[in-house]
Amino acid sequence: MINGISIDLYLWLSSILFVIGVIGVMLRRNTIILFMCIELMLNAVSLLMVAFSALHQDTAGQVFVFFNMAVAACEVAVGLAILTMIFRRSKSIDADLLSNLKN
Amino acid sequence: MNLAILIPLFPLIGFLLNGFFGKKMSKTLSGTIGASAVFASFIVSIIVFAQLQTTPGNSMTVNVFDWISADTLNIPIAFLIDSLSVVFLLIITGIGFLIHVYSIGYMKHDEGFSRFFAYLNLFIFFMLLLVMGNNYLVMFMGWEGVGLCSYLLIGFWFKERENNNAARKAFVMNRIGDLGFLLGIFLIFVTYGSTTFGEIFPMVDGASESTITIIALLLFVGAMGKSAQIPLFTWLPDAMAGPTPVSALIHAATMVTAGVYMVVRSNVFYSLSQTASTTIAIVGVITMLVGALIALFQNDIKKILAYSTVSQLGLMFVALGVHAYSSAVFHVTTHAFFKALLFLAAGSVIHAMSGEQDIRKMGGLKGKIKITFLTMLIGTIAISGFPPFSGFFSKDEILAHLFQSNYTLWLLALFASMLTTFYMFRLLYLTFFGSFRGTAAQEKHLHESPKSMTIPLLVLAILSIFGGILGLPTSWHLPNWMHHNLEAIVIFDEPIILSHATEWLLMTIAIGGAVVALVFSYMIYRKRGILPVEKESMLKNWQKPIFYKFYIDEVYETVIRKPLDGLAKVFYKVIDLQIINAIVDGAGKGIDRLGVSARLLQNGNVGTYFVFMVAAIIGILLFTFLN
Repeated sequence: MINGISIDLYLWLSSILFVIGVIGVMLRRNTIILFMCIELMLNAVSLLMVAFSALHQDTAGQVFVFFNMAVAACEVAVGLAILTMIFRRSKSIDADLLSNLKN
Repeated sequence: MNLAILIPLFPLIGFLLNGFFGKKMSKTLSGTIGASAVFASFIVSIIVFAQLQTTPGNSMTVNVFDWISADTLNIPIAFLIDSLSVVFLLIITGIGFLIHVYSIGYMKHDEGFSRFFAYLNLFIFFMLLLVMGNNYLVMFMGWEGVGLCSYLLIGFWFKERENNNAARKAFVMNRIGDLGFLLGIFLIFVTYGSTTFGEIFPMVDGASESTITIIALLLFVGAMGKSAQIPLFTWLPDAMAGPTPVSALIHAATMVTAGVYMVVRSNVFYSLSQTASTTIAIVGVITMLVGALIALFQNDIKKILAYSTVSQLGLMFVALGVHAYSSAVFHVTTHAFFKALLFLAAGSVIHAMSGEQDIRKMGGLKGKIKITFLTMLIGTIAISGFPPFSGFFSKDEILAHLFQSNYTLWLLALFASMLTTFYMFRLLYLTFFGSFRGTAAQEKHLHESPKSMTIPLLVLAILSIFGGILGLPTSWHLPNWMHHNLEAIVIFDEPIILSHATEWLLMTIAIGGAVVALVFSYMIYRKRGILPVEKESMLKNWQKPIFYKFYIDEVYETVIRKPLDGLAKVFYKVIDLQIINAIVDGAGKGIDRLGVSARLLQNGNVGTYFVFMVAAIIGILLFTFLN
């Protein structure tokens, strides 16, 4: 129990967030949305870590989450830069248009 | 460290030098290396021979290194030097050296000069290995090696298809014999648990008689291939496609007598198996007659000598068949002298005739190439068996042995030796007497060979004259060195037990026969000057089969080659194309199809990849949890 809330609920919430992220990446073609979904998955995992950290009274989990957020921020910075370049080239941010590596 | 190791080492070094650096060397240098390597071996052989006389038991074993060592199988590379192998060592290195010297002159204008000497040296190396080995496996190694060199040298002028065919024929025919030899070695190892001569021979009679007979016959099959006995003799006449020194060295003096050496070495087996000995005698006598008969109608100077070699080898095997081992070795020795001489002289004739080999186009060469004529005459007299030339003594010893054991064999051998005298003098008359029948250009170009060729001829001529000293007849109350020398090795040597009067009578008959044959030859080819026929229609009926070499090649063609070709075609069309190809192609095509369908998965769509990824992760998780 964390502040009177069962750990189960945290698990459920993070699972739902993760699945939403996964489904979003699978189905959507807008690259910005894809990014958001990836962030969603990342944050679902972070939430889980924080929850267990609180449950076990261990700060290691929370420290990890800080790292996680820093890395995610970097990733977003790089990712958005790539996106901008792609948009400049193809005037689109549709992920399916980016399949020209195939041939 | 024994000196004997050096004997095969020198030719090997010669081979390596000529083989790897020959192209960069001048002809003089590579010829000198080739000849001096063999000469060095010859000198060492003489020293070893001298050492052997003072060695107890007249035999020494030289271990070089362990070759195969596994459980009970122990095969060293070791040399056995005894009075038998030393005789062969002296023949091989001595005559080998003379032929190397001769080759320097004979091959002077050939572009493959250093290659030739490399092969010759390699041959000498393997031949030495063959006679020096102290077990059957080392012998077999040499046996295969000389086969290889024979192949390489027959096909030396490989630009002509015919030469390559002859080389292949020799190789394949030898392979048939070698298989027999190899099986014989296997059986020896299975029966006696060893392949070393010294260990096997004392316990030979421990096996059943049928085993001994089978071993003896299998070994003899090997000898049949190498020593050109019926039915495997047809490669030898074809082998004349090689350069003449090769014919002299390999196909007259040394390699073809390897079979005789092997049988003499294994004499214990043959002495204990009458069946095997009788087989050898029968095969030998047929070979002797067939060879001598075919030689009567040949017109190629080298082919005549080749068939003569077949016939002489037959005579040696008849001798082996009646257990006259030391006489056979004696004949090997004298034959090496006079047949090498005849071949080299023939080479000198061919050299003088600008490459012509047909004796119908020669004639009257007597005055033009005197040394060649003189030496050829000596060789002819020696092979015909006129005393006191070497051939007389060895042939007479064999004839005496045959008379002692079987009159029929004796009569047939006498007949064959008369034929020998006849065709050899036919060769001599047609080549050197009468008028010149070649082209004007050839006549203008006629010249005696250079010194490097004539000196070996003269040395061999001297050996052919005096070689008989090695085995003087006991009826003359003179020591028979050859017999005495081999006593310790050939324990089963049959002695001649005829009365001296009988021996004298036999000699007289043999000489009489030779004289009759000589007179016949003289009447036909000298006095009446008859030339061999050009066309088949001029032949009498009884001559036709002989003229066509008893159709043996043709029979092999129909009985063996064609069915084999047919079988090969069946294998090719059915098994190879339809079964093996189907499996191999099927495997390839299957992978190809798999690739085509797997390629569709890679559609370049990130979403799809992600779906696969997620599906896989879920799959792994499920798998982990369910377990």
